[in-house]
Amino acid sequence: MSQASTPGLMRGFAASFRRDLLIGLRHKGELINPLMFFIIAVSLIPLGVGPESQLLARLAPGVLWVMALLACLLSLDGLFRSDYEDGTLEQMLIQPQPLYLMVLSKVLVHWLLTGLPLTLLAPLLGLMLALPAQAYGTLCLSLFLGTATMSLIGAMGAALTVSLRRGGLLLSLIVMPLYIPVLIFGASAVSYALDTNPQSVPLAILGALLALSLALSPVATAAALRMSTNA
Amino acid sequence: MKLQFDSLNSFIHMNGHGLYVWLAYGIAFVVLTLVLVAPAFQKRALQRQAKRVRQLQQDLARENYPSPQD
Amino acid sequence: MVWQWLHRWGSPRWFYEKTGPWVAWLGLIALVLLVWGLVWSLGYAPIEHKQGQSYRIIFIHVPAAFMGQGVYLLMAFCGAVGLIWRVKVCFMMTKAAAPYGAALTFLALVTGAIWGKPTWGTWWEWDARITFMLILLFLYIGIIALQAALPSRDTADKACALLALIGSVNIPLIKNSVEWWYTLHQPATIKIIGKSAMHESMLYPLLLMIFAFWILTAFALLLTTRVEILRREFRTRWVQDLLAAEREEGKS
Repeated sequence: MSQASTPGLMRGFAASFRRDLLIGLRHKGELINPLMFFIIAVSLIPLGVGPESQLLARLAPGVLWVMALLACLLSLDGLFRSDYEDGTLEQMLIQPQPLYLMVLSKVLVHWLLTGLPLTLLAPLLGLMLALPAQAYGTLCLSLFLGTATMSLIGAMGAALTVSLRRGGLLLSLIVMPLYIPVLIFGASAVSYALDTNPQSVPLAILGALLALSLALSPVATAAALRMSTNA
Repeated sequence: MKLQFDSLNSFIHMNGHGLYVWLAYGIAFVVLTLVLVAPAFQKRALQRQAKRVRQLQQDLARENYPSPQD
Repeated sequence: MVWQWLHRWGSPRWFYEKTGPWVAWLGLIALVLLVWGLVWSLGYAPIEHKQGQSYRIIFIHVPAAFMGQGVYLLMAFCGAVGLIWRVKVCFMMTKAAAPYGAALTFLALVTGAIWGKPTWGTWWEWDARITFMLILLFLYIGIIALQAALPSRDTADKACALLALIGSVNIPLIKNSVEWWYTLHQPATIKIIGKSAMHESMLYPLLLMIFAFWILTAFALLLTTRVEILRREFRTRWVQDLLAAEREEGKS
């Protein structure tokens, strides 16, 4: 095998990305699940607290963010599981391309298929919760940054629990404390938009959290994957 | 530095805040005691287990190499 | 030379045997300091005019909170050392420290809530520091749960070490949260350099209690780590002999 025949970093990344995207798109039924959860859960809120629009508007930023977080959390379990179960994950561990890129491509696909649709769906649900007009832009931007961060952070938890058969609850327990700062800043960004406070502050912090997770979490995820498969 | 309370009663009563102060200190005492005493119980369990293991080993040895007394 | 000496501490047997005599001393010192601190805090520290006698809860609340965070940092440090240099004792200490740290964090939250009721009127409030202490408690519980769930001991050790490292990002957030948000907790009153904002007559008993809790933590960590060593090295000759000998002593 000559040096030239080993695919370079970008080719490896692109190949992994294409594979995961294809597999994800083939299971359209699974893609709908987090979105349906989002819609149903948000719809239950007005039924639970009453339809008064002032109250709903006050609750809307937090409710939308919490439900988006939960929808992300639910979809994380399957991130590495099917590859772990049929042995593909072990093959990925011994690839010449760095594991960082493989993890990054998986997380990117996960976000494109879960986080991004949630972000795009959120304004519609904002209407249901009587969210005032000035908050929609911030809502989308904060969710855009936040869901990406949550996919990255969640991947660490998924990697740590992938070897457990029913690791779903433990995954939520592990990942939840790490999500809380993202939730706090995301929801407060949207609330600030309602009160015309400077929402650039929490949004900037969300951006910083995304940058931090982008740099560090694939490293931790890769390490966790190695630990889990060497069990 | 002087003692802040005139009598035992006022010490316990704590100007009306007695319930809170003693509840907090009480819970602290209970939690810390539990945490500090647990290792001793665990060690005792390990000792019992070691005894059982040694007992089994001795029984096994006696079975395999019967001595004249048995 | 130093490296060699440090390396010896990585051996469970060496650690167990060397720390034996320390345990009793640490326990004694901790007891003395605690009694001294409690008498001072409960009996002699002057009353705080705004809050009344319930402020005395601070003498348990603050040390418990400090220790809860400190133990977590220790766990993260041990995890890092264990992962980098593959030291078994570090993993054992991490596993042993988690329940103790969780208990202290829980204690900090509960005493804080009890303090809050007469002072600020609420059992609970979602201010920045309380929220992040709650996150710390969840992190502890996550580590304990992961330890218990993973069947292979090696994997469990390494995974929990990694999780402890990941979660250590939370600690500076707790520390700085009171500066970033002006809510229930005031900014730091205790400064290491410079004048503290708290009056001396209340500061000194508090510092004493913090130190007492520190010694108590060292005592507790040694106790639990030693039991964990015994449990893990159960099949070895030295542990079996040790347990048999101690049982004989106990009987006679």
